[in-house]
Amino acid sequence: MSVSRGADAVLRVQLSGDWTLKQGLPAAEEIVGELASQDQPVSRLVVDGTDLESWGSGLLTYVHGLEARARDEGISVSLDGIPEGARRLLALASAVPAHVTPHREMDDDLSARVGAIALQLWTTFGEALDFIGDTALAFFAALRGRARFRGQDVMHAIEASGIGALGIVALINFLIGAVLAFVGAVQLQQFGATIYVADLVAIGMTRELAALMTGIVMAGRSGASFAAVLGTMTVNEEIDALQTMGLEPTEFLVLPRVLAASLMLPALVAYADLFGLAGGMFVGVSLLNLGARSFMGQLLSALAVRHVVIGLAKAAAFGVVVSMTGCFYGLRCGRSAAAVGEATTKAVVMGIVLVVVVDALATVLLHVVNL
Amino acid sequence: MTAQIEVRGLTMAYGASVVQRDLSFTIERGQIFVIMGDSGCGKSTLMRHMIGLNAPAAGDVYYDGEAYWEQDGDRREALGHKFGVLYQSAALFSSMTIEENVSLPLIEHAGLSRSASRDVASLKLALVGLSGFEEHYPAEVSGGMRKRAGLARAMALDPDILFFDEPSAGLDPLSSRRLDDLIRELRDSAGTTIVLVTHELPSIFELGDDAVFLDAERKTMIARGEPNALKQSSDAKVRAFLNRDRL
Repeated sequence: MSVSRGADAVLRVQLSGDWTLKQGLPAAEEIVGELASQDQPVSRLVVDGTDLESWGSGLLTYVHGLEARARDEGISVSLDGIPEGARRLLALASAVPAHVTPHREMDDDLSARVGAIALQLWTTFGEALDFIGDTALAFFAALRGRARFRGQDVMHAIEASGIGALGIVALINFLIGAVLAFVGAVQLQQFGATIYVADLVAIGMTRELAALMTGIVMAGRSGASFAAVLGTMTVNEEIDALQTMGLEPTEFLVLPRVLAASLMLPALVAYADLFGLAGGMFVGVSLLNLGARSFMGQLLSALAVRHVVIGLAKAAAFGVVVSMTGCFYGLRCGRSAAAVGEATTKAVVMGIVLVVVVDALATVLLHVVNL
Repeated sequence: MTAQIEVRGLTMAYGASVVQRDLSFTIERGQIFVIMGDSGCGKSTLMRHMIGLNAPAAGDVYYDGEAYWEQDGDRREALGHKFGVLYQSAALFSSMTIEENVSLPLIEHAGLSRSASRDVASLKLALVGLSGFEEHYPAEVSGGMRKRAGLARAMALDPDILFFDEPSAGLDPLSSRRLDDLIRELRDSAGTTIVLVTHELPSIFELGDDAVFLDAERKTMIARGEPNALKQSSDAKVRAFLNRDRL
């Protein structure tokens, strides 16, 4: 490439050799500087391609860029010896004037950003309340036998969120029971009260930990799955299709999932209780030498019905919370692949947070009423 | 001289069910070649075999005499850089701006710097009439614009061959006409070979230099030639299809 000045303020840019993308793009600063020069104004720019060997987008981008700069400076451009094909493509590139995007006013002030986040949270809170209300209405409609949804969707959700989780729930609760027994034993041994490990495991697992751990597993498995499925349905306009058919998404999609989860989670927790106790007993018998018979006796005497029932009731609540969180974020998902990912993440995080919050509230409430 | 693309004895199948068998045809450099046929005949599947997404059950696709499916992974990838594909739904990456979509192959495969890729992407977008939409996300523009943005991405690396899967699907007649004009202009000025999968009659007659007709029932190609000439084909189905008659 060479640049030369001719008579009558003509700037001549001579291009030679390969101008494909493989060669990369040369900088245009020098020529742009010449074009904008005040001392030696340029009135015409000639781009000469007589010595070009091959061309591709590299040439087009470069010449198109020069043309644009020249136009800005009010300089006329002529193309000399530029291959016919390239000339036509350049004409095509200039055919449609650039769309001017209205400048988006971005207020970057700290207070403005905090305000925007607060407003966003407030909106989400309002939408969540709406959603809870809609789901409750759908539930009452179902009680009166008026809700439109398919029984097989409930069965499918039961299978996916319940039976599919058996393995991981068993493993996690067995290990938590074992850890609980072990940690408790280290402390209780100091008082020669190792046998009370059985009480710790019985009450700790059935009343608190089995429900909590299973709820968290549920948030990760089913909450995520509900959000991803409903989110993808939103992207595919399937939700819109349901609505135009006169089927309410809350009745048709949310209700079966909430029913399935709130039925399955207590069942899963009952099953988890067994594995939690087994985990505790395994440690008690094999590591703490407590004797199977005495451990079992102590365990059963501590295992009051109310602890089990409280655990199961909490599990039902977790089921409702986790499944509704998943559905909520799925239904308000944006219309892109990234939005589905975002909805799923939010569903899982919020699901786990809410499970723990509900658990804490329940513990305080039960303490107040002395249960 | 060998044809730029040759499909030889190609049989396509999903598992045991054969989609099309014994397809053989050639596509010359700079041609606009139409793959047509009724819905479900395997037009798009044929395109998927040609661009390396589905492996053939038998036969092969030759690019300048080189059998695509006999090559190893690296060579296939190199052959893949020769062609650009515009998918039916444009398949733009929704989490990237339109400019980033076009820049992605420029950075990853042409090794351009970020600023150079931005310049080239702007040019490509100007070519398809989308100058000024660089910073928009795909969800923020219309269907026709998404198609054109997809085309800008397909031709990012100056491909020798451009594949189009149902380019006018879902476009209004004006947008569809505009896209047709653009396709022809690309062929005329850059000499790009165009392979068009479509059943839109106006586009077929407007653009097609040569065509192959796939039949869903007989599971093979039943006609081959210039679309306007095929209107008088000896096969009743091809005639009915192209003349929009009832069978």
